[in-house]
Formats: sequence, structure tokens, C-alpha cells
Amino acid sequence: MKNAVYLKNVSFSFSERPVLEDVNLTIKRGDFASIVGPNGGGKTTFLKLLLGLQKPDSGEILVLGRKPAKSRFRVGYMPQHANLDMQFPVTVMDVVLMGRLGRSLGGRYSKKDREAAAKALSEVEMSGSANHMFRELSGGQRQRVLIARALCCEPELLLLDEPTSNVDPEMEEAFLNILTELNQRMTILMASHDLGFVSQVVKSVICINRRVVIHPTSEINGAIIKDIYGGDFRMVRHDHRCSEKGHRHD
Amino acid sequence: MTTVAVKKVIVMIEFITALSDPDNEFLRLALYIGALASLAFGIIGTYVVTRRISYLAGAIAHCVFGGIGAGIYLQTVVGLKWFDPIYGAVASAILAAVIIGMVSLYAEQREDTVIGALWAVGMAAGLLFMDMTPGYFDISSYLFGDILLLTERDVWMVAVLDAVILVLSIYFYNTLLAICFDDEFAKLRGIPAGAFFILLLCLTALTVVLLVRMVGIIMVIALLTLPAAVAGHFSKRLWQMMILAVFFCMAFTWSGLAVSYTYNLSSGPTIIAIAGTMYITVLIISRNWKKKRR
Repeated sequence: MKNAVYLKNVSFSFSERPVLEDVNLTIKRGDFASIVGPNGGGKTTFLKLLLGLQKPDSGEILVLGRKPAKSRFRVGYMPQHANLDMQFPVTVMDVVLMGRLGRSLGGRYSKKDREAAAKALSEVEMSGSANHMFRELSGGQRQRVLIARALCCEPELLLLDEPTSNVDPEMEEAFLNILTELNQRMTILMASHDLGFVSQVVKSVICINRRVVIHPTSEINGAIIKDIYGGDFRMVRHDHRCSEKGHRHD
Repeated sequence: MTTVAVKKVIVMIEFITALSDPDNEFLRLALYIGALASLAFGIIGTYVVTRRISYLAGAIAHCVFGGIGAGIYLQTVVGLKWFDPIYGAVASAILAAVIIGMVSLYAEQREDTVIGALWAVGMAAGLLFMDMTPGYFDISSYLFGDILLLTERDVWMVAVLDAVILVLSIYFYNTLLAICFDDEFAKLRGIPAGAFFILLLCLTALTVVLLVRMVGIIMVIALLTLPAAVAGHFSKRLWQMMILAVFFCMAFTWSGLAVSYTYNLSSGPTIIAIAGTMYITVLIISRNWKKKRR
């Protein structure tokens, strides 16, 4: 069973408004795929279908070889943090530990759970902030804490919704390294509206705007972008390696 | 000492003497119930504020009025002598909590309209039942609270409610925390988030019902949310917020009772006025403080 995600003839609509139409798609295990497309094009909905939080109107979805709701425990999910209450009195550790819920009745955390949470925090390089308040972090730090929470679930498939929004440009590179590292042991699927960021590390690109098209990253060019976003765009080359040491002239 | 301070001390002494007067049994009862109620209010209020469901709690409180009306009707007109209006109030509060919870979970849009409708229909039903029942009812004691109506039975009922809330909120602390912070994620961890949400609304409903007599249907929501909202400004963790909310709630009710007794004012509105003033003050101070730190 090599497929992490398998969709056959999947359609989904929100009260009569079609969001996804006749989607056929497979994502192999070990892939690092990015979902791109305009806002409102169905990226978040696509992730929620994979999590079983939304049910398709028709078609079949398999995640890690099983129905989405049955695979939940093997999937880590990072939602857009803008949807969370920023006044909430919780520490970083409190948030990360939520990834260990559902392992015991009543939700007590064991020593093992705390160790797993500390390990996840160190993987996203946030160990020093374990006792800081979640509401006092920067946008990029919050993203990393939410990724740690997803890692705490010990997932085989990691779903990230807009992990690059609110990340400072200087932090982006470090952030990419973390994701590339994680990709060694799990499949990663992330939604992003930032195409430039994507092509640096991602192995394949899934374009969603009601319909779904997959491209290997090397293929991305102006014609494809026009096709996805439905308008003329100027392409800006956006290599991250033209700074300081990594500057190449060939 | 300034004259104002001297006056304050005299007022306090008068209040304490009044407390020990055997004729003032109702005042002692109100203080006991105020203290016990603060535990329920502080814990449930924290959940209501962090889960952002004070509007739902408001609707539940107003549906309670329908239950009280139905209770009075059943007792007087139908002749069920054993049917105390409090049974009607509990039944209608739980029913309203379940309906409102379902609407909130499954109605994809227009949730606020449905809940607003339940809010008003609950009130209307209560008034209609009272119209159909012969005799005079002091509606204002239900709407605005009346500590003279408190009995020793209330002390026991609030104590039992406290015990239930304490046990559940300690046992399910982590789960409820996750549900209030991010219920979608909680669901993905296999937690029946919908069921816990309805449980939370039912506990809110019971808290509201048992304390309606103290501050009334209209103001009970303020006493549920204001102490927790004040506490939220000083808390780093959810449990700290609960403990502080219990403390603030007790401070508001006791000082409210003292002021209302001393100046011969209604107790409910006095308590709420003090809580509201504190909340606004804390809001303004913390805003200015944050600006200074930048």
C-alpha cells in the first residue's frame, strides 16, 4: 500500500455551491506535496475531506488505505491559527499536549505524553518556549507550536493549512529545513497560496480551483499559473539561494 | 483617617452586626449561597467565556422563564401540587441546552437567528402560562432576582451542583480545555466534541437555573461571564482563570449584598453594577498598560 491519499471521482459542494468537482488524485507515501490555488478555491475543504471533517457528496476517499475518519489517529493536522482565540489562557506546553489527547479516558497526560510533547517542541526548535503563553508568541512561532502539536500525534501523514502565512522571511528558510527534515519520515501535504515558497522544497504541486491538476514542481510556468488562477500574472524568480554564501553565477 | 474611611468602617460594622441579627436569616443565607454559587459560576463562567458561548447561555436563561411559567401553570391549574416551578425551570433549561447545542453544532448558517428566536419564545411562553394561571405573580422577582426568596433548600441544591461541576471539570479538565481552545482538533483526536459541548451547555443551564433566584434571568449571564472575563486578564492557564473567577465572583456578590443591604437597594442589580464597573475598569487599565509596554 504505497498511496498516502487516494481520491476517485470526488465532488463536494457547500449548499449548492460546488467547491470540488470530479477530483481524481493519488499522493504517494513519502511525497511532499503542496496544494495551491486562489483563496476560496477549495484548499481547506480538500484537507477537511481528508480528515473526515467534511463528507464528499460523491466519490471515494482513502487516507493511508482506510476511510478518512478511521485514519485520523495516524494523521497530524495544523489548522490556520487565525481561527483560534488569541485571548485564550494557555501555555505552549498546554497546546502541544493536546496532540496526545484521546489516549486515555478523561484525558489525563502521562509522563510519556509530556516527553513526546517536549520532543515535538524541540523538533520545531521551540523548546525554550514551553512555558510561554501561546498568546504572546509571534505568528511564525504559533505556526511552529501548532506543527509540534500535530507531530505529537506521531503521524504518518502531516496536513498543514497555510503554514507559510505570518512567517517572517528570515524564518522561512529555517521553517523549510524543519519540514524537509520531517519529510524523511512522513508524507507532508500542505495548502499554500504562496507559489514561490512552494517550489523550493516541494516534490509535487496539486492545483485546486474546483478542478484538480497535479504537476511535478519543475513544470510550473506562467501558462500553468494562468490556468490555475484564471488571470495574467507576472512571474518573479524567487530563489532563496542568492543571498550571501549560496550565491551562484552560472 | 479621613471621614470617608471612617464612614466605610461604620458601614462595614453595621453590616456585620446585621449579619449576626437572628432576624436577618435571609441575609446569612444569601451570603452562604453567594459563596457556594461562586464556585459554579467561576468554573462554568470560565468555560462559557473561553468557548465564546455567552450568547447561548443567555438564550438558555431566558428559556428558563418559560419553564417557570409552565411549572406555575401545572401546579395551579392542572393541579399537580408536587410540581414546584423549579422542576419546570430545570426541565426547560436542559431542553433548551440540548436544542441550542444541536442548532449550534448542525445549523450551518443563521445560527444566531434560531437562537435569538428561542430566546424570545422562551420569555413569551413564560408570560402566556402566567396569563392562563389565575392569581398574581411577582414576575420581577424572576427577572431581577430576590434574595428574600432563597431558602435552605437552595443551599443544598447549589452545594450538590458545585460537587457535580467540580468532579466533572477536574476529571475532564484536559478534554474540556482542548474543546474550548480548538474543538475541531479535539474531534480529530477521537473526542466526542459534540457530546462534550452539549454537556457543557447542560452544566451551564443547571448553573443558570439554580442562581436565577439570586440575580434574576436577565442578569444571570453577567454574573456568569464578568468574573471570568476579569480573571482572564490575570491568568496564564485555564485553571488559574477558574480560581480567580471564583474569587472575583465571591467578591462581587458579597460586596454587592453588603452595599444593597446598607443603602436599601435591590441585591441583583447592585451585584451586577459592581461586577460591570470592575470589568470595565480592568479593561481600560490593561489596555493602557499594554500600550505603555510597547
